[in-house]
Amino acid sequence: MQITQILFLIFAAIILGSAFKVVTTKKMIHAAFWLIVTLFGVAALYAMLNAGFMAMVQIVVYVGAIAILFIFAIMLTRKELLDSAAPLNKNWTVAALFALLSFSGLFTLLNNWRGFANTAPELSADMDTITELGTALVTPNAYLLPFEVASVLLLAALIGAVYVANEAKSE
Amino acid sequence: MIPISWYLILAAALFSIGLFGVLARKNAVAILLGVELMLNAVNINLVTFWRYNAPETVTGQVFAIIVFAVAAAEVAVGLALIISIYRNRNTIVADDLDMMKW
Amino acid sequence: METTNLIWLLPLPPLLAFFIIVLFTNKSNKLSHIVGVSAAALSWAGAMVVFFRALGVDHFGEHPFTDSIPWLPLGDGWLEIGVRIDPLSAAVLFFVGITIFMIFLYSVGYHNFGQPKGDHDKQGLPPHGATVEDEHGHKHTVPSVEPMYARFFAFIGLFAAGMYTLVISDNLLTLFVGWEIMGLCSYLLIGFWFAKKSARNAGIKAFMTTRIGDVFMLLGLAFLYTATGSLSYEVIFSEATLHALAATPAFWGLSAAGAIGLLLFIGAVGKSAQWPLHVWLPDAMEGPTPVSAMIHAATMVSAGVYMTIRIFPLFSAGWDGHALTPTMSIIAFIGAFTALFAATIAIAQNDVKGVLAYSTISQLGFMMAAIGIGAYVAAAFHLITHAFFKALLFLGSGSVIHGMEHGVLHTGDHSVDPQDMRNMGGLAKKMPITFWTFLIGGFALSGFPIVTAGFWSKDEIFADAWAHGHTAVFVTLALAAFLTAFYTMRQITMTFLGDAKTPEAEHASENTWTMTTPLVVLAFFALAYGWVGIPESFPIIGGLLPNWFHDFVGHTLEHPMAAPEFSWIPLLTSLTVALGGLALGWVTYRNFKAGAVDPMRKLLGPVYHFIENKYYFDEAYDVLFVKPAIWISEVFTNKMDQGVIDSILHGFGTVSFAIGKFIREKFDTPVINRFIGDGSAEVVQIFGRKLRKVQTGRIQEYMLSALGVLFIIFIALYYLVLA
Repeated sequence: MQITQILFLIFAAIILGSAFKVVTTKKMIHAAFWLIVTLFGVAALYAMLNAGFMAMVQIVVYVGAIAILFIFAIMLTRKELLDSAAPLNKNWTVAALFALLSFSGLFTLLNNWRGFANTAPELSADMDTITELGTALVTPNAYLLPFEVASVLLLAALIGAVYVANEAKSE
Repeated sequence: MIPISWYLILAAALFSIGLFGVLARKNAVAILLGVELMLNAVNINLVTFWRYNAPETVTGQVFAIIVFAVAAAEVAVGLALIISIYRNRNTIVADDLDMMKW
Repeated sequence: METTNLIWLLPLPPLLAFFIIVLFTNKSNKLSHIVGVSAAALSWAGAMVVFFRALGVDHFGEHPFTDSIPWLPLGDGWLEIGVRIDPLSAAVLFFVGITIFMIFLYSVGYHNFGQPKGDHDKQGLPPHGATVEDEHGHKHTVPSVEPMYARFFAFIGLFAAGMYTLVISDNLLTLFVGWEIMGLCSYLLIGFWFAKKSARNAGIKAFMTTRIGDVFMLLGLAFLYTATGSLSYEVIFSEATLHALAATPAFWGLSAAGAIGLLLFIGAVGKSAQWPLHVWLPDAMEGPTPVSAMIHAATMVSAGVYMTIRIFPLFSAGWDGHALTPTMSIIAFIGAFTALFAATIAIAQNDVKGVLAYSTISQLGFMMAAIGIGAYVAAAFHLITHAFFKALLFLGSGSVIHGMEHGVLHTGDHSVDPQDMRNMGGLAKKMPITFWTFLIGGFALSGFPIVTAGFWSKDEIFADAWAHGHTAVFVTLALAAFLTAFYTMRQITMTFLGDAKTPEAEHASENTWTMTTPLVVLAFFALAYGWVGIPESFPIIGGLLPNWFHDFVGHTLEHPMAAPEFSWIPLLTSLTVALGGLALGWVTYRNFKAGAVDPMRKLLGPVYHFIENKYYFDEAYDVLFVKPAIWISEVFTNKMDQGVIDSILHGFGTVSFAIGKFIREKFDTPVINRFIGDGSAEVVQIFGRKLRKVQTGRIQEYMLSALGVLFIIFIALYYLVLA
């Protein structure tokens, strides 16, 4: 057992455990907090995969923006702070079955893959992932177009969100 | 060293948990939380494949970043919809929102 | 400007004028005539420029102005159209430009521009006069302005465009286009006062009669195009083509060249009102007088002669200069016959325009006869001099009528016909300009020696006929010329000389400058134009002036004919018939009194009656063609159409209805409607009622079912494909 493996198992336990809490806990506000824990865990995994930039973006965008957005939404849509009703609907057993089914299906598929036990190749010492990524995102024959399309998508989402959320007032 | 299978199994498990949340939670916001978990599972896969298969290119990371953008857009619109529904119908329980039934 | 470009542009101003007047200025008389007259002036100026540039070219006949553009794409090339000004068309362009411009100008006065609107004038009727009150409170009746003034200028504009197109074209197709435009305008203008039944009928008659000729002409064009593959003058009049056509037999012993020439000539017979298609021209006098001058003297009827001169190489192909080809004989016969025949009718006409109408037919016959005997230069010469003096005579007669209408308005007696020569007399003192110009025109028509243009052109025809030994034609034409001089003098005497026969004639008055200026200009050409064609061999004055016309126009063909040898016989004949006819006319009619019996009637007896009624040609055509056509139409409508065709159609209707009813009751209602239609709808409804329960409206249930289906598909695929 190497130290990285132990670290991975710890993070995996944190991720899965908190994810489980996200989907089962009764209080929505707690669910949102558990989501933050999950997101931090995923960020740690990115760091372990030598994707430092991704880890930072995960924390800044997900934790800093999306999760906070969720908390706002939860607080805006609650009649009282304590949720007393059951968190799951009447079909939850079927849903659990489907979830298990999808996991086992994915596992079966992956298990049949030859490269399932691959290990990561060594990275060269002078590799500068962040510079390359930045260059790729603004180079026309690389990923400039998807990058710009994504920004247009965000703008459209922004305008759409403002419009939808404002609907009641405009009437 | 950690084999790729660990990451992939973790991502599959996270995806399935998110799927369960989407299918089983009553609260519409919680459904969106489930969607976020699924998207994170996808991102873990993307970054993992990048690291194990093609660390010399940045394609995998670019994909992941696009997924971030999509996730942000999805959350913004989704939550706006939920708030709009809450205003109009005073509930965010997904089962109560059955105006489209026969 | 490049000469060829200028030629292309010649028909444009009148055409534009037509559209401008029709579309924009039709409400304003003043704008309309400004547009119309200035368009005519522009085209005239352009024609003059082209003409004088043509004069400046050495050996113009071999280097004409030509230009062409591809027009219609054909399978293996282009149908080209183009312009061509050679000596003949240059000479024609000269008189066409002047006469058209003069007639446009004349129309302004003739249609009473500047006069008040009529009291009872309606569109489609000639103006009847307006009542005005002067400062003393006296009421006067004065001429009123034509109610459709603008329309008139639009129509003659289109007409002028057609004539220019015809003259400048370098092929028979565009010539035909101009020809047909003029045919249409002729119809519109003859029937200009369409509320008069006689005018309507005259328009239809002119259109239908010329149409007969046009159909043959079109046949000729089709024949020509099939035989040579082109309609361009340059191709069809080339030596090789003519030889080939002359060698090809066609029908009735004619060569292809002769047959085509004959077919095209029939078109000219219609257009130039030759016997037996002459009947439309006298009736065409129903139109306003400028129209009579323009269409039926100066331009349109000239087009027929012009075209015949154009195709001269075609029907004369194979002619050795002595024995005429069959087609030439036919042309010579029809021309000479028409010349004499129309001249006899003209003697007995009392309508001042009617005399001129028959005189036109007769003179066109002269030209045709000249072409027929091969004297195409003489024909072209007479064509041009005739256009000048006949336009002059028509405009002069219009002036007389206009003056007489003044008198009629003055006395208020509308039963007096202002066109009947028996009501005139003594107008020489009342209308001096009209008298002197009319006299010049009349003398030119009669061929008064030396000073008038008509003498020289007619003399050339006589000389040619005599020199080449066509005695029959010579004698016929000499007789016709004698009659011409006689009826011309009769007309002048009855109209202008002696005493006024009616109070209206006493109150006739001279017209405005817009009407008299054209008369003076045309009178000048009626005198002076003859001097350009004096034969060099003429005694005493021959050779003082070069025989320019013969040199110039003669070179239209590759091998121009030599001028005929001088002979005293045709000259003496010409002098005798002209002077004798004039003298006899004056002697016979100088003492003609109002209401008296025409001296000729006493002399000729029943024959006069026959002539007076134009040999009953109208009546004969009515019985032979019009009545049968109407009878056939009636038979077809009443018997064929209503009886046979309609009952067949009704039978179809009944049978179809019965079949339809049977199918509807026995098949459609029980099987299609009940079983297939209603049955399928019921099945769908039952299923719908059951299945709609699935639609719960809950998003998560939808996702569950979608996922369930997906899993089933995945598992199935996994085991089916991979295992």
